[in-house]
Amino acid sequence: MTITHASQTTQFGSEHAADAALSIHDVTVAYHRRPVLWDLDLDIPRGVLASIIGPNGAGKSTMIKACLDLIPRISGNVRILGEPYRQIRGKVGYVPQRETVDWEFPVSALDVTCMGLYRKIGWFRSIRRPHREKAREALDRVGLADFAHRQISQLSGGQQQRVFLARALVQEADIYFMDEPFASVDVATEQAILELLRTMRQEGRTVVVVHHDLQTAQNYFDWVVLLNTRLVASGPMKETFTSENLRRTYGGRLTLLEEAGRALSQAQAGLPHEE
Amino acid sequence: MSRSASLPPRYAHRTLWTLLAIFLSPLAAYADPVFFESKLQKILFLQDYNTRIVVIGTSILGAACGLSGTFLLLRKRALMGDVLSHTMLPGVVLAFLLGTTFGYEKTLPLLLLGAAIAAGLGSLSVLMLRRISVLGDETAMAIVLSFFFGIGTVLLSIAQESATGHQAGLESFIYGKTASLTRGDVQWILLGSLFSLGLVLLLFKEFRMLCFDEEFTGCQGRPVVGLDAALFAVVIVTTLVGLQAVGLILIIALLVIPPAAARFWTDQLHHTTAVAATIGALGCWSGVTISALAPRLPAGALIVLSTAFLFLISLLFGSRRGLIGRLIRWSDTRASVGKDHLLRAFYELSESHLKWIRLEDLAGLRSWTPRQLQRLLKRARKRGEVIRGNANTWKLTDRGHLLAAHRTRNHRLWELYLIRYAHLATSHVDRAADRIEHVLGPELVHHLEQELDQRPPYAPESPHPILNPEESR
Amino acid sequence: MIGYVPPWFDGYTEWLVAIAVLVAMTCAIPGSFLLVRRESMMGDAISHAVLPGIAIGFLISGSRNREWMFLGAAISGIATAILAQSLRVIGRVERGAALGIVFTTLFALGLVLIVQSADHVDLDPSCVLYGQIELAPLDTITLAGYEIPRALPILGVVFLAVLLATLFLWKELLITSFDSELAQSQGIPPQVIHQILMVLVAVTCVAAFESVGSILVVALLVAPAASARLLTDRLVTLVPLSAFLGGLAAMIGTLAALTLPGHFQTEIEDVNIAGSIAIVCGLMVVLAAIGSPRRGLIVRYLNRIRLQLRIAVEDLIGALYRIEIEKRSPETPIKTQLLQMGALTSPGLRSNFWLGLAQWHAHRRGLLTPSEPPSLTPAGLQLGAQLVRTHRLWESYLADHTALPTNHLHDTAMDLEHFTAPALSKALEEIAPTDPIDPHGRAIPAPTQPPLPDSESTPPDR
Repeated sequence: MTITHASQTTQFGSEHAADAALSIHDVTVAYHRRPVLWDLDLDIPRGVLASIIGPNGAGKSTMIKACLDLIPRISGNVRILGEPYRQIRGKVGYVPQRETVDWEFPVSALDVTCMGLYRKIGWFRSIRRPHREKAREALDRVGLADFAHRQISQLSGGQQQRVFLARALVQEADIYFMDEPFASVDVATEQAILELLRTMRQEGRTVVVVHHDLQTAQNYFDWVVLLNTRLVASGPMKETFTSENLRRTYGGRLTLLEEAGRALSQAQAGLPHEE
Repeated sequence: MSRSASLPPRYAHRTLWTLLAIFLSPLAAYADPVFFESKLQKILFLQDYNTRIVVIGTSILGAACGLSGTFLLLRKRALMGDVLSHTMLPGVVLAFLLGTTFGYEKTLPLLLLGAAIAAGLGSLSVLMLRRISVLGDETAMAIVLSFFFGIGTVLLSIAQESATGHQAGLESFIYGKTASLTRGDVQWILLGSLFSLGLVLLLFKEFRMLCFDEEFTGCQGRPVVGLDAALFAVVIVTTLVGLQAVGLILIIALLVIPPAAARFWTDQLHHTTAVAATIGALGCWSGVTISALAPRLPAGALIVLSTAFLFLISLLFGSRRGLIGRLIRWSDTRASVGKDHLLRAFYELSESHLKWIRLEDLAGLRSWTPRQLQRLLKRARKRGEVIRGNANTWKLTDRGHLLAAHRTRNHRLWELYLIRYAHLATSHVDRAADRIEHVLGPELVHHLEQELDQRPPYAPESPHPILNPEESR
Repeated sequence: MIGYVPPWFDGYTEWLVAIAVLVAMTCAIPGSFLLVRRESMMGDAISHAVLPGIAIGFLISGSRNREWMFLGAAISGIATAILAQSLRVIGRVERGAALGIVFTTLFALGLVLIVQSADHVDLDPSCVLYGQIELAPLDTITLAGYEIPRALPILGVVFLAVLLATLFLWKELLITSFDSELAQSQGIPPQVIHQILMVLVAVTCVAAFESVGSILVVALLVAPAASARLLTDRLVTLVPLSAFLGGLAAMIGTLAALTLPGHFQTEIEDVNIAGSIAIVCGLMVVLAAIGSPRRGLIVRYLNRIRLQLRIAVEDLIGALYRIEIEKRSPETPIKTQLLQMGALTSPGLRSNFWLGLAQWHAHRRGLLTPSEPPSLTPAGLQLGAQLVRTHRLWESYLADHTALPTNHLHDTAMDLEHFTAPALSKALEEIAPTDPIDPHGRAIPAPTQPPLPDSESTPPDR
């Protein structure tokens, strides 16, 4: 029986936990038709601090973006808190990488934080005092109360990152996706962010973080997803973060797969390709 | 909109009035009495009905363009505005040809409708061509622009050959006919501007989020494509009604220049839109005024030039990012750095129990040229920080000593911090601390003190040996 | 406008075509570099911004003196580039906006200057926009005993100058366009090369200015280069190809403008030539995007169909091989067998049409016997073994290297096996497990020995 099982997996969730915070099923993602994530299949339970770890170009950010429908998936589907993303947008928070926006933009830290509330405020209505109060509280929680009216280009890198966190906080989401929040921030910010993440976990929220630092990963998080264009391993930190798994993650790229992927993408685009 | 505490609104007002005054000063050249009484007065005080119409119309247009241009600029789609206005030509001419064929003569709404459809088609073509990745965005825009304009040119030559004299109206869409705007035209301008203003106000916070962080906008369940379409609609409508005023080649200037100029004055988005609208209106108003004085010159070009002049003023004198302000701030920093260095040199020398300090010793401590040093000393004496003894010896006053102790303290706190936390080598901290200490705010110093467990008011021991002038000689 | 349709070779049309072709070829050369640098709108900006240069040239020389025009244009070309750059650096204005500010201001300045100087020089603002190529053949000079249009020798000189500059600076232009930091490290100042390119664009714009005007120059700068880019991937062929395509478009555009309208409507005999050339240029891009033999939509569509057929054939052969090995009843119809196997999960075989097509194609390639139901020929057996082997090797590889659940391995391997070129397959062999069992616990067929010459199945259409 070599072929039959393919039909089993077409309906969702046969082998996925029903109460997972995030279930990714068979997701494949391609940029310009070149696959960068292959057949991703994993669960992350509720109430954990999860980290996504892998070498550069492993598709860590891509995974998050695919979960949030920011980039199209070629195949597969994603359930967040048991629902498709579209239906529970309000319960999902997202902290993008700092580089994705123009920090010269004429807005203050408070303005940016308020953006997290726009969905609640609704179309066409303006921002009022209670909203600003709420945003100010969030800024206070990340230690930026004094900087609320600074234009964002006048903040340090770590402070900019914390403004993004504040923006996510006001959303009061149940699950957060953060893209490299620890990248190039100072020690104080790193500690502040970590503190915040732990508080969020205590409040029962789930946080999925793209992380690049192997040294700190073990202490910061309690769930890990090891990624290198393919899922290498996913599970509780203690059992999964083994040297064997790390070797499989970082020990060389899956060159054969990459090559096959290139051939596949070129052919599917109908483009000629040299061999 | 939040009344921001950091930037008082009077800032914008004051600067704008100053700007106005500067800008109007060249008009003084025309101030020979006869001339003033006859023409200028008529124009400035809008006594002439025609002038009134034109001035009001173009000023409203300028404000609307500045407003919608702000978001176009922040969305980094400035060139797309250029493409849109160019693609309108075939629409206008085709609508004209159809109109004359079916006997509707030249009606403005019909032409505007044609232009709007063509602009929509143009933006769709750009979107399609952009998907060919080897070509890139700019090529897609250039191809669409020239293709549509080519069609427009051909249609125009057909219109010129077939129609009988009516086509003169078409030229006004290309070059603008500022001086002869009619009441009807101004009504259209008013309508279009109101539409843009309304849509921008309604979607202000959505546009802000879209321009700042497209990804986040998508995550918030706001349709990025839809918002972009709304923004384009705003731009297309303002461009449409503006075509007759300045022409389709130069309308992009009104969309781009005022917002770019406004960025030199403010860091707040709602102020940026307000200032951009003001600059747009001001540019149009002065351009029209000048063109009324020199009716032979093309008014559209004059409007652009006066708006560009306002941009130049903003670039130089802008209160937020203007070049001159930045230059002054830069030289201020340099002066205070020199002062700090001098005081610290005095303090360090006086630590080795020198009361009166010789010029050579001071010069030996840093790479000052004699002239720089003299200038620094002169300034310090004016501030009462040092006094001059006989020959070439100098001494800190009491006030100077306090200041110097404070500066030295900051410096050494940094050095300690750098050694302890940044693991810099002892021999390197001096220079590293030099670079950062001048930007220390009081709250940061306070943090440092807590961090290092140091109490004021004394300066801690220097963590590295200080060059002793006695030994070094 | 010329009021009648001149017959061909009447001493007018051929000169018109010659001028248009030369203009287009001149534009295409610097245009190609703008394209690969992704700065096409810079061409638009410069073509507008040369206007004040030309006007000042007029004012100084008091006539349509060409040296002054070219000098003024070159200066304003550089000025555009430098001003836009410094607005970006000093004023922190975004690139597109900086260009917009600079070129509109300069264009407005040019318009004012031209109107101002209209008393001294005969220059019509509408000529600025659409050019007056129609009048060019009428303005003649006598050169070496022949009477030729004045524009022709000037265009010839500019064309040669641009060509020579490009050849001379070929590798510098190439390296700075590709990687300016690399160029810098090699001692080639990218800024200087960029300025030189801007001068070339500006000079070209002036040369083209009288013929096609300031807006349609962009069509000639960008569209031929874009069409050529869709046809070739190499800069060496891109430049001459775009010059050729530019010339072609100019010729077609000119002749179309003069003759086509006469076919439709009697009172309109010709239309604006510059506009017609721009339209032809735009259509050429569309044509190239659809019909290019490398990247065209048609070719890509055909390739996809061919790929689908190949996958269908391979899936069919693979399934039949598995049937053959597992000795299912060979008398039942092929579709029933495949259905029993679940092989029809292969997307290529789901429809009867594709199944039939695959069967026909496999038969034609000698992989299937003509009997009913068909069975595999020796060549088919060999291909099947090879496919199944590749499939199961992939499964082993995936199981070793990824955390893909065992029941997902098959689908992925199903995709991959069709894209395993001989070299890749060899690499896969090298790391194949020593015990020939796949993750599902089935045997991996031994490598086929020796491969038949016509069983070059992957890919067969090559």
